[in-house]
Amino acid sequence: MPAPAFPRAKLHVVTGKGGTGKTTVAASLALALASQGKDVLLCEVEGRQGIARLFDVEPLPYEERRIAVGLEAGDEHPGTVYGLHIEPEAALLEYLAMYYRLGRAGRALDRFGVIEFATTLAPGVRDVLLTGKVFEAAKKGRRGRDSRLYDAVVLDAPPTGRIARFLGVNSELAGLAKMGPIKSQADSVMSLFRSERTAIHLVTVLEEMPVQETADGIAELREAGLPVGGVVVNLARPRDLDEADLKAAREGTLDRAAVTADLETAGLSIDDGLVTGLLTEAHDHAVRRALEDHQREIVSELGVPTYELPRLAAGADLGGLYELAALLEQQGLA
Amino acid sequence: MTKAGTKSTKASSRDRGRARVGPLAAARSPAAVLDVDALLDDPGTGIIVCCGSGGVGKTTTAAALALRAAERGRQVVVLTIDPARRLAQSMGIDQLDNTPRPVSGVGGGTRKKSGSLAAMMLDMKRTFDEVVESQASPEKARQILTNPFYIALSSSFAGTQEYMAMEKLGQLHADAQREGTYDLIVVDTPPSRSALDFLDAPERLSRFLDGRFVRLLLAPTKGPARLMSAGVGLVTGAVTKLIGAQVLRDMQTFVAAFDTLFGGFRQRAQKTFELLQADKTAFLVVAAPEPDALREAAYFVERLNEDRMPLAGLIVNRASPAPEGALSADEAMAASVRLAQERPESVTAGLLRLHADRARLVERETGLRARFAAAHPSVPTAVVPALAGDVHDLAGLRQVGALLADG
Repeated sequence: MPAPAFPRAKLHVVTGKGGTGKTTVAASLALALASQGKDVLLCEVEGRQGIARLFDVEPLPYEERRIAVGLEAGDEHPGTVYGLHIEPEAALLEYLAMYYRLGRAGRALDRFGVIEFATTLAPGVRDVLLTGKVFEAAKKGRRGRDSRLYDAVVLDAPPTGRIARFLGVNSELAGLAKMGPIKSQADSVMSLFRSERTAIHLVTVLEEMPVQETADGIAELREAGLPVGGVVVNLARPRDLDEADLKAAREGTLDRAAVTADLETAGLSIDDGLVTGLLTEAHDHAVRRALEDHQREIVSELGVPTYELPRLAAGADLGGLYELAALLEQQGLA
Repeated sequence: MTKAGTKSTKASSRDRGRARVGPLAAARSPAAVLDVDALLDDPGTGIIVCCGSGGVGKTTTAAALALRAAERGRQVVVLTIDPARRLAQSMGIDQLDNTPRPVSGVGGGTRKKSGSLAAMMLDMKRTFDEVVESQASPEKARQILTNPFYIALSSSFAGTQEYMAMEKLGQLHADAQREGTYDLIVVDTPPSRSALDFLDAPERLSRFLDGRFVRLLLAPTKGPARLMSAGVGLVTGAVTKLIGAQVLRDMQTFVAAFDTLFGGFRQRAQKTFELLQADKTAFLVVAAPEPDALREAAYFVERLNEDRMPLAGLIVNRASPAPEGALSADEAMAASVRLAQERPESVTAGLLRLHADRARLVERETGLRARFAAAHPSVPTAVVPALAGDVHDLAGLRQVGALLADG
């Protein structure tokens, strides 16, 4: 197995365009890290409970819950994956309690609708709270009631189109607030996010729009000084035909007689529909594969390490996640 | 799902395993098929809203519906939120200018009436600015537009995009009514965290503008300080501590300047909500044949019903095309393994594996759709098979439109 590509990364941020499967990739990465004996916290911030569904556990509260263990590898003891569903309201109250000891004022804030205002309407506050909590979970020498120390934190982050703004929100904040606790907190969050202890991975599928968005996302992250990790190509089509056969399938020159003879050998009862059907499917597949290959080339020119996961015909359930985790490990992402 | 196998002509001993892969069987029964053309042709359809979770092809669907309607004789405008660059270019709206632009190359000579298509891309900040300008005196408008808090709110507040999409819809509708420019408006909705945000955003914003917190911000600028209760003092103190005095002052100025506009905003939000509930509006929920997207779609369908929004149907995008023939996935896999042993060089084993893969995908998607249909039997559904490539020109949109109409 290759050495992990991001050995110093403690915080893995996983983003991607909607529908590319970023939650699945984040979960697989967490499992892969756990299979190397690490204790991992897998966080989600979009309120979708995607982690609970993937791991087939009860909806996650705003509390770190044990959700899975990594695969046993050799004599090393596998680590555990914990899940955390970060809600901005709870994060704000926790934050207030932790830093300000507001007491009565905290309750008054809630009564006056300030909490709702802050978490739904005030520009950027929501993202500040979410990133703040991720930072808190990932930082060294974490203190407080039942706080576990994790070897790695994996964040199922907002989609590619919003990721630079999401992670960069603290630098805006640090610019706005000239001093005080907000300023220093914002500064330390940004210094973690900008360091090599963070790796931001982008998930894509091999289609034009997501690949374009990935390229744009990488450019945006770089411009914001945020560390780009790898690109994970997800949902890749099976590669059951070699180049020459693909070409023949595309051009419609596969040998019909030979295929018919093969099907007979395999003991199938043949009719015209079956052979025609298989050849048509092969043609469709070959056309799509050609488009995929073109996009794969574009991805390979992005100048970042790339990883590839297959589409699982049965969907990604818990068993599928372990399969994908093993593939990520083999390819050296974890 | 029981009527599959019509194409099966082979030995009956294998039929048991085949019942499941009838093409589109689940979409035809129990759920009704969505008749897209009837919807587009109905002069009573004045607004079509395409909604659904991110990445399911809402924008493409909206554009394809708009083009098809135009080519069937309607005067259409389509409001897109964040179209792919090349698609936007092909419609001539690659620049954000917040005004509908005519799309050239729209055909449609077959009908008596000739249709037209205009398209625009939403500029949320500009839309917000325009609302402020139309509601406030020039001097007050300037005050608001230069306020740092307003600038942040109008360009990044979670929900502004949703709110402004609905605002723009209201504007387009009012203009169209007044000037008779369009008889059909097709709206794409923003890729929000939750597909419902655009329904909630106006309500949330007006609740905020109406809320105690705002009145509290206003209090110091309005009344004598001694009227402030202890609670108010506590809160402003806490807020100041959190965000700093400068930000609080910005907010206060903003809220004070905005005060007179609140009524107008609330009224507009209310009107848009009523417009969405009107009979001439049709909601189309767009989903991909994936558990998450369909779950979101189900939630949306329920929510629309609750809010008495007129739901026209569900569009399942990017469905895997049903495999031809009746060979099941298991049979294909077994045959592939046998063949790979006997003729390792042969391409046919690969073909069989591809077939098995596709049959499994289709089976899974059919199951997911059937589950949705079982829970929501009254929702007419159209299934759109996946295209090989991305759509980035009118020809592609036309093709999607035809597939939509095929249901």
